[in-house]
Amino acid sequence: MTAVTTRSEQAAPAGDGYTVVKAKHPGRWLAAAVIVVIAGLLARSVMTNPNFGWDVVGLYLRDVSIGRGILVTLGLTAISMAIGIVLGVVFAVMRLSVNPVVRSAAFAYVNFFRGTPVLVQLLFWFNLAALYPVITLGIPGVELDANQLITPMTAAILGLGLNQGAYMSEIVRAGILSVDHGQTEAAEALGITRMQTMRRVVLPQAMRVIIPPTGNETIGMLKTTALVSVISVPELLYSAQIIYARTFETVPLLIVASLWYLLITSILTIGQYYLERRFARGNQRNLPPTPLQQLKRFFARHDALSLKGSKK
Amino acid sequence: MTVMHGVEPMVKADAICKNFGSNQVLKGIDLQVQPGEVVCLIGPSGSGKSTFLRCINHLETVDGGRMWVNGKIVGYDLKGSKLYEQSHNDICRGRTEVGMVFQQFNLFPHMTVMENLIEAPRLVRKEKKATAMARAMALLEKVGLAEKAEAYPRQLSGGQQQRVAIARALCMEPQLMLFDEPTSALDPELVGEVLKVMKDLANSGMTMVVVTHEMHFARDVADRVVFMADGYVVEQGPAREVITNPQNERTKAFLASVLSEPAAA
Repeated sequence: MTAVTTRSEQAAPAGDGYTVVKAKHPGRWLAAAVIVVIAGLLARSVMTNPNFGWDVVGLYLRDVSIGRGILVTLGLTAISMAIGIVLGVVFAVMRLSVNPVVRSAAFAYVNFFRGTPVLVQLLFWFNLAALYPVITLGIPGVELDANQLITPMTAAILGLGLNQGAYMSEIVRAGILSVDHGQTEAAEALGITRMQTMRRVVLPQAMRVIIPPTGNETIGMLKTTALVSVISVPELLYSAQIIYARTFETVPLLIVASLWYLLITSILTIGQYYLERRFARGNQRNLPPTPLQQLKRFFARHDALSLKGSKK
Repeated sequence: MTVMHGVEPMVKADAICKNFGSNQVLKGIDLQVQPGEVVCLIGPSGSGKSTFLRCINHLETVDGGRMWVNGKIVGYDLKGSKLYEQSHNDICRGRTEVGMVFQQFNLFPHMTVMENLIEAPRLVRKEKKATAMARAMALLEKVGLAEKAEAYPRQLSGGQQQRVAIARALCMEPQLMLFDEPTSALDPELVGEVLKVMKDLANSGMTMVVVTHEMHFARDVADRVVFMADGYVVEQGPAREVITNPQNERTKAFLASVLSEPAAA
């Protein structure tokens, strides 16, 4: 009890003899209690319902074909994002061009790929052979069989990468526009050409604006790759589907896939959080606390001994 | 006023006109700046002095008239009797003879002071890093900031940033320096350090065109003062004469409003 008195009834810093009684927050504790009860009930239902098939989940969580599916998912995410970022920069610069034809072409690209569902785009690429059975690329002597060239994997990479390029170009464009025009003028006044200015002066400063949403897009992409299961690319979801088509253990295998998606996105989220903190450096005097720091601070404020009140 | 006969003027503006939409901001400016001369452009805001300054290094294109810098027409190549419009990269090359200092400093915030200085020499003149750094260091010493070479711009005061900006422009070894209200964004107590650097530069013989509201600087350092209003040159002459004894009514009114005390004849 002495701890309670010393924590909730501290002498004012001025040392003028008054005892300061801290504010009480019964509402906060009530809300926390309600949430804990609901969460408990939910957890009990999940644990006791046999239809979840947790033993099957445990069995397949480390299955080899699921593991291969994860690798395909990760690879597809990385390649598609890489293509998307490169295309994004190119089309963002094109959209800011002084040439109206170049500008319009970039706008048309963004508009087309943002304006149609990515699922439809994937199916289009997959069925490219129906449109162009032979791909010549306009070069005489080059005749490629579209059916051999467009495997499910290439269709997936093309579809996801081109679609991502449209979204990335908007992100990069916003980043470029966020850089003060005076920077470009200063570079031009020094005789630095437009392309050099973009590369050395504007883009490095635009990164602060570009990085956070790009992290978001990467996490989004990881989940979007599940769509390519419709063109039978053996990524994580499709690998799970193959197994439950054989064993009929649909729900446990969907849980397996979900758990893996959740784990990977969680890791990416943590990575993104620290990346954002890094790029906010120098622009904010006080960085927001990390979740760990926040948790520590919360318990320092609301620790069990000071149930009767807390610091403001 | 420095008058040199037989020497090509550094800047020769010939009936320069400039429109922003339907608003004509420059209505035929004629002005010559001789090598080594320091000219201050003064006048009320909106008089077109900053726009005129930006026309000198082609940050603004002119809509009428011709601008000559160092004997060459700005923005064009003269071949025979034809003027060929220059490509963007040619314009950039031409700008290396002209240094510019901005009101808002416009230092590159992601680079250190040293990197700010050597960026253009390295990119544009393809200089070796050591060569550029040696010259940059000498210039930083000249502006009194040698110890800040590794600092980032945001770690410096406004006055220090502007001195770095001057050093950055000088690092391209220009023959002409343009200053666009270089002290207008500074706290009053920081103005002096920047003006001192500019005064030293003027004394070293640099040709300078300065848009400024610092009348004491104009009076003491400039060879010539040009008063602009509404897109015209209203009055010009030796600095001390124009500022202490203006002839035109508009010049008188402007100077009376910007000088705390009425100018004594």
